Amino acid sequence: MDFDNSKPIYLQIVDFFYENILEKRWQEEERIPSVREVAMMVEVNPNTAIRAFNHLQDLEVIYNKRGIGYFVSQDGFSKVLEIKRREFMEQTLPDVFKKMSLMDIPFDELKNAYNQQKKK
Amino acid sequence: MLTLKQLQFHYPNSRPVLKSVNLSFKPGGIYGLFGKNGEGKSTLMKLVSGLLNPKMGLCSLKGRSTQSRSVATLRDLFLVPEDFELPGLPIQTYEKVHSSFYPNFSKETFYNLIEEFRLSPNQVISRLSFGQKKKVLIALGLAANTPLLLMDEPTNGLDIPSKSQLRRILASYVDDGKCIIIATHQVRDLHSLIDHVVILDNAQVIFDSPLSDVSEKLWFGKASKENEASALFSESTFGGKAIFPREDRDESEIDLELLFNAVLTEPTQINTLLNSINHG
Repeated sequence: MDFDNSKPIYLQIVDFFYENILEKRWQEEERIPSVREVAMMVEVNPNTAIRAFNHLQDLEVIYNKRGIGYFVSQDGFSKVLEIKRREFMEQTLPDVFKKMSLMDIPFDELKNAYNQQKKK
Repeated sequence: MLTLKQLQFHYPNSRPVLKSVNLSFKPGGIYGLFGKNGEGKSTLMKLVSGLLNPKMGLCSLKGRSTQSRSVATLRDLFLVPEDFELPGLPIQTYEKVHSSFYPNFSKETFYNLIEEFRLSPNQVISRLSFGQKKKVLIALGLAANTPLLLMDEPTNGLDIPSKSQLRRILASYVDDGKCIIIATHQVRDLHSLIDHVVILDNAQVIFDSPLSDVSEKLWFGKASKENEASALFSESTFGGKAIFPREDRDESEIDLELLFNAVLTEPTQINTLLNSINHG
């Protein structure tokens, strides 16, 4: 995994989990790789991987079955969707709007670009 | 697990390499030992493993002085040195000779690593390249399963895919009972694995802190006109990377190289902030 320099590694691992859940590579109620396996996959200290697991457990995206391992929650997919949507609305969009006003791009132009992209 | 108390050392007729070094290492962590060339990293490792005798002070592993080189101590540690001479033996013979010294030696781990490193057990070690020899030693060190593993510049001589392999292997290797100390200049090679940083400068320890404290107290970002004044340290280039007190900012990723440079130039400022008690 290539790390982005601005975001803590554990949050980048969280993003990696989100991606797997949204793309349905990891299904709800399915067992996911262990802390050690994830640490190996992304080549990080297991302590960093544990932080990612704890974070996701706090958000109820995954849960732990004692002695068996970690599983995607029953409503894990919709939980992730909600988190990512909020992230998009609160972080990505304001950024786009800021750039639009900086470059003086009218909203209609954005709308056209969106419609064209959709047609493809 | 490992304690260094007022450790002092100098080579004959030369300035002190280490003066009054106090350090304590706990199991379950990967320690990164940094310092400029000639600041005593390798000397420290040799003192810890009993290859050199301190002029003063004590180094003890699980309560036993490593200076005495007792069997009980030597089987609890393994040093992968930076440079070495290895005999003209096939890898498997070399393994047989050395594995008997380590009660928890895992032949399975050793031969898996040898295979992963694309070596074969009957190759004669003296005919291997430097990087391949290093791999043999790394495999031996990991397979020895000792509570303390010391590695001096482990990524030196390794090709690019092997560095990634080493990271993967180390990630799977740490557990609550083991302590790993890695001395390196190649901060980028292993930064995602290290969770505690020790920096040596001018024969002394000038920084000793878990990275969790660093990310709690410091913020790594870009310098701009607005925040310039509050920066603890910044690179000279305009818009360069800088370190700030974190305050209520979101956690940022630690830039070890930047931290290293900052500690060398502003040791007191950085340390004071790290040792400050949280107001929140």
